[in-house]
Amino acid sequence: MILSVDHRTVYRYTLPVRGIVQSHRLTPSIFDGQKVLDWSVEVSDGQKGGGFRDGAGDWVQAWTVTGPVSEVIVSVRGKVETIDLTGLLRGHKETIPREAYLNATAPTEVDAALAELAAAAEGATDRLDAAHRLCAAVSEAINYEPGVTAAHTTAAEALALGEGVCQDHAHALIAIARRNDLPARYVSGYLHASGDGEPHEAAHAWAEVWIEGLGWIGFDPANGCCPDERYIRLGSGLDAQDAAPIRGISRGSAAEILDVTVAVQAVQQ
Amino acid sequence: MLSRTADNLYWIARYMERAETTARLLEVGARIALLPSSGHGYRSEWDSLLQASGTALGFAHKYGDPVQRNIESYMFFDRDNVSSVASCLFRARENARIVRTALTTQVWDAINTAYQELRELERKPRSELELSRLTEWTMRHSAMVRGAIDATLLRNDGWDFLNLGYHLERADNTARLMDVKYYVLLPRVEFVGSGLDNYQWTTLLRAMSAHRAFHWAYGGEVTARKIAHFLILNPQCPRSLISCAYGTNEHLHRLARGYGRSTEAQSMARNMLAELQDGTVEAVFDEGMHEFLTRFILETGRLGHLVHEAYLSGDVR
Amino acid sequence: MGEASALTTYFNEMYQSDTVRLPYARLEDWTRSMPAELRQMKQAEAESLFRRIGITFAVYGEGGDPDRLIPFDMFPRVFTNAEWTRLERGIKQRARALNAFLLDVYGRGEIVRAGRIPARLVYQNDAYEKAVAGIVPPKGVYSHIVGIDLVRTGPDEFFVLEDNCRTPSGVSYMLENREIMMRMFPELFRENRIEPVDRYPDLLRRTLASVAPPKCNSEPTIVILTPGHFNSAYYEHSFLADLMGVELVEGQDLFVEGEFVWMRTTEGPRKVDVIYRRIDDAYIDPLCFRPDSMLGVPGLMDVYRSGGVSICSAPGAGVADDKAVYTFVPEMIRFYLGEEPILQNVPTWQCAKADDCKYVLENLGELVVKEVHGSGGYGMLVGPKSTAEQIAGFADRIKADPGNYIAQPTLALSTVPTFVEQGIAPRHVDLRPYCLVGERIELVPGGLTRVALKEGSLVVNSSQGGGVKDTWVLAE
Repeated sequence: MILSVDHRTVYRYTLPVRGIVQSHRLTPSIFDGQKVLDWSVEVSDGQKGGGFRDGAGDWVQAWTVTGPVSEVIVSVRGKVETIDLTGLLRGHKETIPREAYLNATAPTEVDAALAELAAAAEGATDRLDAAHRLCAAVSEAINYEPGVTAAHTTAAEALALGEGVCQDHAHALIAIARRNDLPARYVSGYLHASGDGEPHEAAHAWAEVWIEGLGWIGFDPANGCCPDERYIRLGSGLDAQDAAPIRGISRGSAAEILDVTVAVQAVQQ
Repeated sequence: MLSRTADNLYWIARYMERAETTARLLEVGARIALLPSSGHGYRSEWDSLLQASGTALGFAHKYGDPVQRNIESYMFFDRDNVSSVASCLFRARENARIVRTALTTQVWDAINTAYQELRELERKPRSELELSRLTEWTMRHSAMVRGAIDATLLRNDGWDFLNLGYHLERADNTARLMDVKYYVLLPRVEFVGSGLDNYQWTTLLRAMSAHRAFHWAYGGEVTARKIAHFLILNPQCPRSLISCAYGTNEHLHRLARGYGRSTEAQSMARNMLAELQDGTVEAVFDEGMHEFLTRFILETGRLGHLVHEAYLSGDVR
Repeated sequence: MGEASALTTYFNEMYQSDTVRLPYARLEDWTRSMPAELRQMKQAEAESLFRRIGITFAVYGEGGDPDRLIPFDMFPRVFTNAEWTRLERGIKQRARALNAFLLDVYGRGEIVRAGRIPARLVYQNDAYEKAVAGIVPPKGVYSHIVGIDLVRTGPDEFFVLEDNCRTPSGVSYMLENREIMMRMFPELFRENRIEPVDRYPDLLRRTLASVAPPKCNSEPTIVILTPGHFNSAYYEHSFLADLMGVELVEGQDLFVEGEFVWMRTTEGPRKVDVIYRRIDDAYIDPLCFRPDSMLGVPGLMDVYRSGGVSICSAPGAGVADDKAVYTFVPEMIRFYLGEEPILQNVPTWQCAKADDCKYVLENLGELVVKEVHGSGGYGMLVGPKSTAEQIAGFADRIKADPGNYIAQPTLALSTVPTFVEQGIAPRHVDLRPYCLVGERIELVPGGLTRVALKEGSLVVNSSQGGGVKDTWVLAE
C-alpha cells in the first residue's frame, strides 16, 4: 500500500516570541514494513539544526526559528510504501536494550485498578498470547471517546474514566505490560482512515511490546489490532511525551495556540 | 564579555551610586529639619523627601507618620525599601558575588567589607547610631569602592559597563535631587529667593559635597540660576548633568571602538551631550526647571534602556 | 552519628605507638614550636583569608549569613611518594574502567551480555539515560572528572568508598587549602618537599579542550555551566572558571541556534564548544529531560547528540557511580582492562539479593547501611552506634524496600593529628582525589582530605561537622 501524508502544525503566539527550538521525530522509521518513497519536513523561517539517529533507531532532527516571530508552521509531506507484517517490527536497528523499557514513568504508573487489569495476562499460553490478552483488556476497559482526556492524563486516570483516545489506550497497555514484566513502549505515527466507518485518528499512537524470540511487536488497543499496512511508524519512547513527534519550546511569555491538520490517504495505483 | 556579566557590573555601579544618593538625601532631610519651622512644620519636609525618593507609599504602609527616626530606619536599613542604603549595598554585593572573577580582589574586598560592616551596623542598637555617622559611613565606603575600581581594574569593556552604570545613575540622581529641592521642598512660589530658599539650596550643595566648590566657582549669593548652571551645565562639577553626559559618552565611545560597532545608544548619548553643551541657564528656565529636569530624567532612562538593548540583554546579533 | 567504638584500634597516620611515621617526621617539631596563642592567631588568620577570598559555600533559606565556611584544619595530611604512586595507579585504573563501562553500556553492552553485571541493574537504573544510547562522546569519554572517595585502615590498606562520575565537587578546597597553607607557613614548604597541585586548573582546561566535539575545527571555546549563584558550590564554579580563564555561564546565557550552542555576549552570539556543566542531567535540557527545568538550555541535547557541542561529564555518566553498580567495579576492571584491581572495594552486601539481605538483617548491629541513591551521610544507619530501637526501625525500612539498601562493615578509618582546643588529637579522615580523563588520564598529587572534627566521629561530610585539611604528597 502506498500512503501519502500531509501533516501541518501551526503554532500561533498572542505576542511575538523571541525564538523557538524544536526537536522532531517526524521521519518514518526504517524497517521491513515501510519504505519511504519521498518525504519532507519544513519549518517556516526555520533553520535546520543537528540531526542524528538515536539509540531507539529514530531520526531526530533539531530546528530553530529566530524571533521575533508570531507564527510557525511545521509541514510534513511524503509518500510511504507499506506492507503488513502483522505488527512485527522486523529489520529495525536500535541499540537501547529492552530492559530500559521496563521502568514506569508518571503517565504509566500502575495503580490498583491497572494492577487488576494486568491480571488479564493470567493463564496465557505464552508471552505473545499474554500481550494479546492485555491489548484486548485495554480495548475493553477504555472506550474510544475524544475530548474527555488531555495530554497529561495518566493511564490510571483514563482507566478510571473508562474513556480516552489512542494515547490513553497506549499508556494503559504499556503500564500493564510492564507490570507483567514485558518491556513495552509508546509509538507515534500515522494511520490511514480506511473508510470502514470506524473513527480513527490520522495522527496516531500505539504500543510495542517486546516478545522474547520475536522482538518488538506493535499492538493498537484503540483499534483492537496489530499495526498493518495502514500504519506509518515514526518513533518510540517510554511514554507519549518521550515519543512525541514534535517537542518544542518558545522563548517569550506569549500564549500558544495550536492548530493541527493531518491527512493520510491511500495513493491510487 | 558575557552579557549577563556586563549587566552585573553595570548594576553594581548603579546600586553603589544609588546607595550614596539615598544617604545624601537623608542628609538633606536631616539638615532641613534642623531649620526652625517656617510655618509648615518639618514633618512635611520629611514627607517631601519620601515623595522625592518615590518611597512615600511604602513608608506610610509600614510606619505611618513620617517621624525622623523611622525615616532613617526606612531609608537606611529597611530591606523592604528597595532604595534603602542597605538594600542597595546588599544588591551591589550580590551582583559582585556573581561576577566575583570579573573584579579585582581590591574591588571585591571594598564591596564585601562594606557589606560585612553593614551587617554589624544592623546588629547595633539604633540609639547608638547617629544619622551623620551613617551617611558618612556610606560615602566613605562608596568612595572606597570607586577608588578600588579606578586604581585596580583592567581598562576593558567591563570597566566601561561599570562606569556607564555610575554615570547614568548619577545623572538621574542629580536631576532628581535638584527637582526635589526645586519642585517639592519649597512650599510656595513666593518663597523663591527667600532665606528658606537659599538655605535649602545650600543644604543641597552640602549634601552633594559641593558647597565649597560652588563658592570657589561662583562666589556671592546662592541663587537658583547659579546652582542650575553649576549642577547642570558646568563640566567642572563632578556631579553635574553635563559631567555625567561626558562620562557616558566617553565609555560608550570606547565600547563602540572596541567592538567596532556603534549603536543607537551612542547617537542618543551624543545628542544629549550636544544639547547640554549648547544649553544656557536661560533656556532651562524658559522651559521651566521642573519640566527640563523631568525631560532629562526620562531621556536618561531611555538611554539606559538603549544600553540594555545594545549590550546587556544578550539579544544582540 | 557514627562514632568509633572504644575497642577498635585505628591506624594513626602520624604516630605508631611512640614513633613518628616517616612522612610526618618534620611536622613533629613544627607542632611543638607552635604555642597555643600562635596557633589560635594563625587559625583566625586562615579563617579571615578564606572569608576575604570568598571561599565559602552558600546556604540559603536557613536565615543568617548565607555564606558559610567549611572549617579548615591547619595540620596537613601527608603521603609518601611511594604511597601516592600506588594510589595513583589504582585511581587511574578505576577511572579508565568506569569510562570503559559507560562507553560499553551505552553501546553494545558487552559486560551485560557476558553476564558479568545484571542487565536490570544497569538499564533500569534511574541514572541510565536512554537518550544517549548509541552516542559515542569525543575520545569515548563519559566521565571527565572522576572523584574517588578513599578511606584508609592501615599502612597499606586503602578502600574505595564510592566513585563520583558526574560532577564531584570540592576541588577548589584542595587548591585553596594549599594556597592558604603556603601563605601562612612558607617554612613548612621549604623544609618538606611537597608536590604542587596548582597545575590542576590547567590540566582541567586541557582535558576539556581535548574532548572538543567533531564539528569544532578551531581552538575550542570552553564554558562552565552553573545552576547560579544560589547554588552552594557557586564559589567553586566561579573559582575554576577564573583559574581556567573561561566564562562561567548560566542556562540563560546560552541558546541553541542551527547546529550549535551559543553564548550571549556584549558583542553578539559566540559559539560554545565544550560545556563543563555543574548541573544534573535532569535539568540540562527541558526539551529532552525535565520540561519544567529553568536552569538548562532548550535543545542542548540535540546539539550534543549531533556532535555540535561536548558536555562534561557526558549525560548518563551517573550510571557508573550508583552504589549498587559500585559493587561491580572490580569486575569492570577485570573485564575491560584484564587487570586485577589495585584498590579494593569495601565489601558490600546488596539487600536486593535475598542472601545478602538476610545476612544484613541478622548483623545490623555491626554494619553501616546506606541508601543506594543517598548522599551526604543522610539516610544511613551506623549499627555499632545505634540503639536497638533504631536498628529495629531500620530493619523495617530495609524489608519494605530491600533494593534501596546496601550494607558495609564499619570501617576503622585512619586518623590524622588535628588541632583541637587542647593541642592536637587524632581525628578520622577520608580522601577524595580528582582524576581527569580526556585524551590522557591525569591526576595531580593531592586531593581533598575531609576530617571528622568531632571526637570519635566517623562522618566527614561538611554538612555534618566535617572539616578539611591540606593534603601533601612528598617528592621523592
